[in-house]
Amino acid sequence: MDLTTNYLGLKLRTPLVVSASPLSEEIDNIKRMADAGASALVLYSIFEEQLRQDRLELNRNLENGTNSFAEALTYFPEPKEFRLGPEEYLKHIAAAKKATKIPIIASLNGSSNGGWTSYAKQIQQAGADALELNIYYIPTDLHLTGTEVELTYLEILKEVKATVKIPVAVKLSPFFSNFANMAKRLDDAGADGLVLFNRFYQPDIELETLEVKPNLLLSTPMAMRLPLRWVAILHGKLRANLAATSGIHRAVDVIKMLLAGADVTMLCSTIIRHGIPQIAMIERDLVDWLEEHEYESVAQIKGSLSQKNCAEPAAFERAQYMKALTGYALPPT
Amino acid sequence: MNKTRVFKTIDGCEAAAYVAYRLNEAMAIYPITPSSPIAEWCDQWASEGKKNLWGTIPAIVEMQSEGGAVGAVHGMLQTGSMSTTFTASQGLLLMIPNMFKIAGELLPTVFHVTARTVASHALSIFGDHGDIMACRSTGWAMLGAASVQETMDFALIAQAATLRSRIPFIHYFDGFRTSHEVSKIEMLDEAVLRALIDDKLIAEHRSRAMTPDKPVLRGTAQNPDVYFQGREAANGFYSACPGIVQKVMDEFAEQTGRKYKLFDYVGAPDAARVIVLMGSGCEAADEAVEYLNHKGEKVGVIKVRLYRPFDGKRFIESLPAFVRKIAVLDRTKEPGATGEPLYQDCVTALMEETAAGRSHLKTLPQILTGRYGLSSKEFTPAMVKAVFDNLSVATPKNHFVVGINDDVSHTSLDFDPGFSTESDKVVRALFYGLGADGTVGANKNSIKIIGEETSNYAQGYFVYDSKKSGSMTVSHLRFGPQPIRSTYLISRANFIACHLPGFLDRYEMLRSLVPGGTFLLNTPFGKDEIWTTLPTPVQQSLLAKKAKFFVIDATKVARDSGMGGRINTIMQVCFFALSGVLPKDEAIDAIKNSIKKTYGKKGDEVVQMNLKAVDNTLAHLHEVAVSENKLNGAGPLLPPITPNAPAFVRNVLGKIAAGDGDDLPVSAFPNDGSFPTATAQYEKRNLALDIPVWDEKTCIQCLKCVAICPHATIRAKVYDAAELKNVPATFKSCDARVPEFKGMKFSLQVAAEDCTGCRICVEVCPAKNKTEAKLKAINMRPQAPLRAAEVANWDFFLKLPEFDRRKIKNSSLRQQQLLQPLFEFSGACAGCGETPYIKMLTQLFGDRAVIANATGCSSIYGGNLPTTPYATNGCGRGPTWCNSLFEDNAEFGLGFRVSIDKQKQFAEELLTKIAPQVGDDLATQILVADQSDESGIYDQRERVAALKQKLQTLDSPEAKLLVPLADQLVKKSVWILGGDGWAYDIGYGGLDHVLASGHKVNVLVMDTEVYSNTGGQMSKATPRGAIAKFAAGGKPSGKKDLGLIAMSYGNIYVASVAMGAKDEHTLKAFIEAESFPGPSLIIAYSHCIAHGIALDQGVGARQQKLMVESGQWLLYRYDPRRAERGENPLQLDSSAAKSKVKDFMLTENRFKMLTKSKPDDAKKFFAQAQVDADRRWKFYQSMAARETKLDDGQPIASKPSATVDQQP
Repeated sequence: MDLTTNYLGLKLRTPLVVSASPLSEEIDNIKRMADAGASALVLYSIFEEQLRQDRLELNRNLENGTNSFAEALTYFPEPKEFRLGPEEYLKHIAAAKKATKIPIIASLNGSSNGGWTSYAKQIQQAGADALELNIYYIPTDLHLTGTEVELTYLEILKEVKATVKIPVAVKLSPFFSNFANMAKRLDDAGADGLVLFNRFYQPDIELETLEVKPNLLLSTPMAMRLPLRWVAILHGKLRANLAATSGIHRAVDVIKMLLAGADVTMLCSTIIRHGIPQIAMIERDLVDWLEEHEYESVAQIKGSLSQKNCAEPAAFERAQYMKALTGYALPPT
Repeated sequence: MNKTRVFKTIDGCEAAAYVAYRLNEAMAIYPITPSSPIAEWCDQWASEGKKNLWGTIPAIVEMQSEGGAVGAVHGMLQTGSMSTTFTASQGLLLMIPNMFKIAGELLPTVFHVTARTVASHALSIFGDHGDIMACRSTGWAMLGAASVQETMDFALIAQAATLRSRIPFIHYFDGFRTSHEVSKIEMLDEAVLRALIDDKLIAEHRSRAMTPDKPVLRGTAQNPDVYFQGREAANGFYSACPGIVQKVMDEFAEQTGRKYKLFDYVGAPDAARVIVLMGSGCEAADEAVEYLNHKGEKVGVIKVRLYRPFDGKRFIESLPAFVRKIAVLDRTKEPGATGEPLYQDCVTALMEETAAGRSHLKTLPQILTGRYGLSSKEFTPAMVKAVFDNLSVATPKNHFVVGINDDVSHTSLDFDPGFSTESDKVVRALFYGLGADGTVGANKNSIKIIGEETSNYAQGYFVYDSKKSGSMTVSHLRFGPQPIRSTYLISRANFIACHLPGFLDRYEMLRSLVPGGTFLLNTPFGKDEIWTTLPTPVQQSLLAKKAKFFVIDATKVARDSGMGGRINTIMQVCFFALSGVLPKDEAIDAIKNSIKKTYGKKGDEVVQMNLKAVDNTLAHLHEVAVSENKLNGAGPLLPPITPNAPAFVRNVLGKIAAGDGDDLPVSAFPNDGSFPTATAQYEKRNLALDIPVWDEKTCIQCLKCVAICPHATIRAKVYDAAELKNVPATFKSCDARVPEFKGMKFSLQVAAEDCTGCRICVEVCPAKNKTEAKLKAINMRPQAPLRAAEVANWDFFLKLPEFDRRKIKNSSLRQQQLLQPLFEFSGACAGCGETPYIKMLTQLFGDRAVIANATGCSSIYGGNLPTTPYATNGCGRGPTWCNSLFEDNAEFGLGFRVSIDKQKQFAEELLTKIAPQVGDDLATQILVADQSDESGIYDQRERVAALKQKLQTLDSPEAKLLVPLADQLVKKSVWILGGDGWAYDIGYGGLDHVLASGHKVNVLVMDTEVYSNTGGQMSKATPRGAIAKFAAGGKPSGKKDLGLIAMSYGNIYVASVAMGAKDEHTLKAFIEAESFPGPSLIIAYSHCIAHGIALDQGVGARQQKLMVESGQWLLYRYDPRRAERGENPLQLDSSAAKSKVKDFMLTENRFKMLTKSKPDDAKKFFAQAQVDADRRWKFYQSMAARETKLDDGQPIASKPSATVDQQP
């Protein structure tokens, strides 16, 4: 079975890519994931705000209480230098590259322009095969227009593209007035791939303490419906590759995404939940299904049920929504 | 001579460290103020991989005490290393036994000592020669530096001389005055070090080392037949030593051009009056002599460099031939001696040399002695002049003191404080800053800029507060074209800046401004609004002095630039703009360069934030036209002490609080160091910008806020509704919710003027407002508009009756916290993690507590003048407190116990004897009284009161003996308090012995996991992976388990608590510990500013919780009484970890910083820390789960053991 696929100009053995997660913080895990059949791996994200925050926090903590009391003019020894930029991340890229043969895609997470460019360049120098820009931005300003928000995305992408030669994918949120238009503009601005979608960890309320708490929930297969729709709608309409992410837990989910038109499918929650061997199991099930259904390759199945190629294009649009609503009935009592 | 001259602006500690690090290869260190920074520099350089002169990184080991450090150094020397240590004061005293050995064995070494006062009637961290003088008999050479430059130079000279003479050297310089003075000095090139240090001598030292390849035996025991002769065998080394030192000094002069003599004479060649002294005072004397001779006098000064071995011949030779009168000044006091040590040496030398006919002096001069400068007391040219004036009179005062007003023994010389020798060419600037605002840091930076970017010489000296919260710093900066020898504070300033407007209301800071000088004020008021808000004396000074007056709202500029409360950069720009030390643009460029250099490693954001502040400053700096205004100020300065204070507090402590302690005469002071308690209440510091405000409708009356408040400024009372008569308009109350208090009223009240605004109370409050969840039952609100009303409310609250202690259920926090705290308003850091434990202790047992306190944070906020936080209740009872030393606290406390128990026993014996006269009933009741609870103690006090009345009527010898002992019949609770530096390290041997003794003492260890008071040095309580001083690369080993060690005895009550994680558990532990009939040990986790947490935002309790939830800190109680009942004595009170240790670690800078400096090590240590925690948990869990039976061999609580009390 020919499982190969192309993503960001990289020829991948299978469409099974591991997405950014804490699993990739350990080189040993990266090795094991590659051994289990991951065709490429997106490293855990380096957070722009986190780095900035760390620097300000370190400065404050080192200054706090100093030069106030004769016996304790400082509270910490101050080393000659700090590694406050992405140094550790860069070292990790190099180590990951050394440890495996699969492409390593670095992930840069941030929300504003500035700061990104230099990191992107360093990431390229460290040997990353590609870069995933994770633009995690939640506009809450009542006066900020959608146009301004969209422009920020485009500016960040342009700035990074102008700096690096390696391919750049953009991981996005689905929350745009017209996502299709946004995708097109990012495509025009040079995105080599679109990763659909970013999972926003929504806040929860803790009833006992009456506190708002973000809590990390692993995705469920239900979460794949949203990327499935947009992959299907965008397939064949853009130059950029499409990566599907969120809710892909089993081979059947991978197959659906491929049918919709994804170039790659990204796995995360399922590996965290079931362990690294899950990648090999998905691949085996994928091959089994393809063989059973007499497909020859992933290239063949890819996009065969996209909006462009499916029998009912409207099913991916509003009509589908209406149908779902009208077709819903209360369970019998 | 060395051609390249490199100047740097550094302090004395760094100057000593610079040489010591390069010339040694093995060091044993231990923190003690003011020498700690020397060791810190060395440790830091070693962790950075810096190499010594021979290209290797010195090995550095931190020991458990100075006694340990010197022992290690002794071993290093005996095995052939170039070794050193750094210390001061008590630390040096602890080294004395080994110093005798090191000298006796002719081992070459230099100890660098920041000369500091030895504790006597009080502890003092400041400088004098008491510690040095205590070492006179050890056989060490003593070389004293008078300035930062000399500190660097003499460090080298001493090292060269010790190698050549084989006599060990103390190289000393004055604590703080020299150790902490920042000064522009010429750095010693490594080539100079090489030129003076002979590798051949090092090889010889190594050839004498102990090695099994060439075995020798040292440290023998000798008998009367030979010891004496052996002791005299080394005499030749001592007689050669002065000549060797002079030769080294001469060689040094060839290399550097700086000439020194063993006794340096400065002054008129034909001077008739001469002062002899050593240390930093030499510089002030030199300045005064130059000035006086310029005015036509004939005076001189001898600066003693090599004090030991004292070369009498060279001393006499250094005196001018026509000298008629000599005053020898000692910076120490030797009570009962015929004179202080330097004087005695000088007299002996003079008499011996004269008698031997070796003196060139025309006549035998009269020689007098005087004391000056104890504990860094100011020593100024005015005082030097007073000494010379004294020498001029026909019958001069001998055995005098100068610098204080001794109105008791009348030994003091009068001096004219207005006398000044300072050159007009020197710019003198004074800055009054708030500890937290970065003023001192900025000034150190300014000195560096001026020292290193201009041809000017520069000097900076910084005076700090003894309080740790809201503290004032005063920076004294001098700049000028000539080297600056003014080793005293600025009293005539060209420039004064006040960085916190509130200080202007309390301190008369313009007193020092010269006419036409400049005053800069940080204030929210604009140039047109400020004038009438100024206190009247400030207006008076500005008008009378025709001062130039500038204002800036630096706080706003800082906020707008993202700097938070750090106004340092802004005020620094203003100083340069106004002082004219550098052209404005040049100065701003220099500041910007310096910002890039200083903050560059902390990231671009930090640099940009500071650069933005520089750019935003000048537009906000405005001049106020003083001459256009008239005297219409806001009134007098605020009194430092409230008017209701007792006379001693007002007249003595108040003066100290106002910064005028120097003016107090000898008669003002107690002669044995005893001070009244309950005085902090009179010092209203008004530190908090925001204070907690109670919302009685939301409050659930849990009193967690009251328990956690580090300063006892938030309190609760339950009282009868009838008390609410004449209540102030804004005083709040509501119905008490605790069922037992049904029908009564409840109030929570904040002492607005004492609160530090740390907001930890708000953070721990569990109650949420029903309609706006961000609000709690207490919320922070601006203090200023609330102050007046809250002062009235607080007064009213205090007058409400205290709840009857006998009716309070102490095991319930919400009831127990109604007890009056007898520890209040301390000067501890805002948000301190230690003080809530002490406060709880005083609430429960304060009226009967005798406290022994180890030196450290708790002895500083507990016992530093002017005012002290230990308080008294309505009956005048309260904790009595004393600090002995750092190392002996457990033994000190045990002494209390043994003494009190003995007196009680004797009282009982006497009472038994006179029972018929006293009345058998009363006597029996007293003798068999159950004092295990509040009622029992109350009743016993009543009985003892009756007994005392009865005793007045009795005439028997027993009755008379019983009178002063009767109060011992009421239970006394002995508490031994200290930090982890004491309990885990320096005092551990004693603590172990005291715990093992079985005596009823209670030990509270406030474990901050570092030596907090001296700036966060590693202790054995420091956890693995934490960065601390002396563990710059993260502590590689795990934390010592003190609790486990104590539990192994089986007869000690042991508890590990963390109030922020589980307050009622802490409460339970205190009650159980005190009720346990044997020794008890409570190890109390205390969050600390040295952890790198936002203490000022009230996160302390949260951090404790995170720590416990991660399993990094366990909560448990080990009660031997349970074993007696056949139960497992250990109760594990925290549950299995809910999070990873690393998750907790990353919330504190002490751990997180390692991920930024040594990420690979951080990974390794953090992983190991998790293993530690998992193992600890499993181990404790298995211990706590063990089934126990009465006969399983578990030791039970025992009576004091005879064996441990007896000497072998």
